[in-house]
Amino acid sequence: MAISTTSAQINYATRVDKVGTRYQITRSLRIAVILFYAVVSLIPVFWMVTAAFKSRPDVVAIPPKVIFEPTIEGFISLLTKRVLLPPGMVEEYKQRADLSFAERVMAERGQRITGPSQYGQRLLNSVIVASASTVLSVLLGVLAAYAFSRFNVPGKGDLLFFILSTRMLPPVVVTIPIFLMYQQLRLYDTHLGLILLYTVFNLSFAVWLLKGFIDEIPREYEEAALVDGYSRLQAFRKVVLPQAITGIAATFVFCLIFAWNEYAFALMLTSERARTAPPSIPTVLGTGGIEWSAIAAGTLGFLIPVIIVTFALRDYLLRGVTFGALRK
Amino acid sequence: MADIELQRVEKRFGEQYAVRPLDLSIKNGEFVALLGPSGCGKTTTLRMIAGLETVSRGKIILNGQDVTWLKPSQRDVAMVFQFFALYPHLTAWQNIAFPLQAEGDSRENIKRRVKEVAELLQIEPLLKLRPGALSSGDQQRIALARALVRRPSCFLMDEPLGALDADFRETMRSEIKRMHILQNATTVYVTHDQIEAMAMADRIVVMSQGVVQQVGTPAEVYHAPSNLFVAQFIGSPGMNLVRGTWADGVVALPGGNRYTPPLHWPAALNRGLDGDGVIVGFRPEAVMISPHGPLAASVYSVDLHGAYTMLVLEMGDDHSIHARVSRDAHFSVGETVRFDLVPTAVRFFDPRSERAIQA
Repeated sequence: MAISTTSAQINYATRVDKVGTRYQITRSLRIAVILFYAVVSLIPVFWMVTAAFKSRPDVVAIPPKVIFEPTIEGFISLLTKRVLLPPGMVEEYKQRADLSFAERVMAERGQRITGPSQYGQRLLNSVIVASASTVLSVLLGVLAAYAFSRFNVPGKGDLLFFILSTRMLPPVVVTIPIFLMYQQLRLYDTHLGLILLYTVFNLSFAVWLLKGFIDEIPREYEEAALVDGYSRLQAFRKVVLPQAITGIAATFVFCLIFAWNEYAFALMLTSERARTAPPSIPTVLGTGGIEWSAIAAGTLGFLIPVIIVTFALRDYLLRGVTFGALRK
Repeated sequence: MADIELQRVEKRFGEQYAVRPLDLSIKNGEFVALLGPSGCGKTTTLRMIAGLETVSRGKIILNGQDVTWLKPSQRDVAMVFQFFALYPHLTAWQNIAFPLQAEGDSRENIKRRVKEVAELLQIEPLLKLRPGALSSGDQQRIALARALVRRPSCFLMDEPLGALDADFRETMRSEIKRMHILQNATTVYVTHDQIEAMAMADRIVVMSQGVVQQVGTPAEVYHAPSNLFVAQFIGSPGMNLVRGTWADGVVALPGGNRYTPPLHWPAALNRGLDGDGVIVGFRPEAVMISPHGPLAASVYSVDLHGAYTMLVLEMGDDHSIHARVSRDAHFSVGETVRFDLVPTAVRFFDPRSERAIQA
């Protein structure tokens, strides 16, 4: 009896190698390094988020203000067009009874709102171009990847290399020829033009990434479906696609981020109608000086859709980015 | 339900033969095992019957219909895969219902048929689970259910027990056998495990290097192997094969042994042998220890197996043979034992052609 009470007190689950001082020290060190890295990486994001809510003098204050009075001045500047009121008229303008909240805020800075800015339209353009090109490249990519993975495509190696080689050229090299071609083809400053271009760029990436994922799915599943009475296409849809979903999600996010962030071509190939957010945000120049808070607000707005998509797909992504390593 | 007929079926990958021209006819309700070492073409043959592999030349007739160029879905066959190939994103129930949905059966019918087959295999409690949550044995039961539920004209099984634990294999073996008897469906069963083939099959097709070595009942394949490959491949250990020379009605064997073949053999040996070399074959259990036996060998090792004892004997230099003896007998290493062979169990092979001599 006595013996059993004693032995019950010993915690057999405690691992000797995890209680030693040495282990504790290395563990704390590791955590410290990771924390430091996280802080360094997050500082620009932190700056951007706070700057979006800072007033104009606060943004440029040195040393930077960590505690400040938040204002939505930046967002209003981002979304509106304004003119500077002549100094004498500011007080008079402020007295007007029909001013909206936004107008009142801007009146404090001596500005009068004259209409909406193009930011909303530019963001919408980004959404249209990025989502359409991503859907297209993932759709075409998954079909091509399946074919490359499963069938004896003649010249398979060469074709795959050819697809990849489109990525080897720095995009800047071809901007001018593409610009000239797009003008001839009337694709300049159109959504379609950018969608096509981004699809082509992403397709090579999508094919390679998805081929890796599909290669990992054993052929036996499709063969079982074929014997079970399904056609090749049905087997693809009902058996391969559901299992490739993590890979598809990962590819989707990668393509989306590329298309969403693309700057150089968007700058060269659009002007008004189809201009996307990246080339337009830095040009939010206000009346007199750079509107840092408006730019920060614009960037924040630009960041949010990507965060939403990534967050929505996070379960798939976690499994997807391990590239099938955790697949049972 | 279905006869399967392979007529001169062959499969080549480039210049390489996976299966050399093969003729085989399988009768309705028969259980045929394709047996051979890995890479012998047995799985390729099965996949050609299923339609998963194209045929390089020859014809496959299923139930009187030429299906050589039909898609798998048009052949009315069901297949069980070695690694089950259960769809991981579907539950067990959905897996079993999957082939019925392809047929476009009504919802009630699908429910009823899945229920029937689940009762038969006693897998009702598993139906809501996904394959990942099932043990390998249960996964194989679901795979079997998925094949059974369609009531196809024939079953094709590709090493269905290969991925199971040893002790579970036996249970599943008898389950498959029972299913076969209940359904009386033509079954082609690929395996490299001779015990499975022996225990389950009505007929065994022994294959090696893309060539059919022998087709016969388990007893025929075991007792009357048609060539040296089958003799060695079937049985564990395989048949003892001792090289000798045939002259004057006596086979001279290593170690100065002289063996007089049973009465009906001399004529056949004179007729069948090409030259005077001969290989004498006998199973370990054909060895009869007797003090006055015509043959002698020294004991190399004594292995106790519980139910019996296996002796490894040395007949001359490096000619070891296995002898299965009673567990009560005692032998010591180095001792010389005399023995005879059961006359009906002795076989002779021609060393050049490697074929069995027919008595």
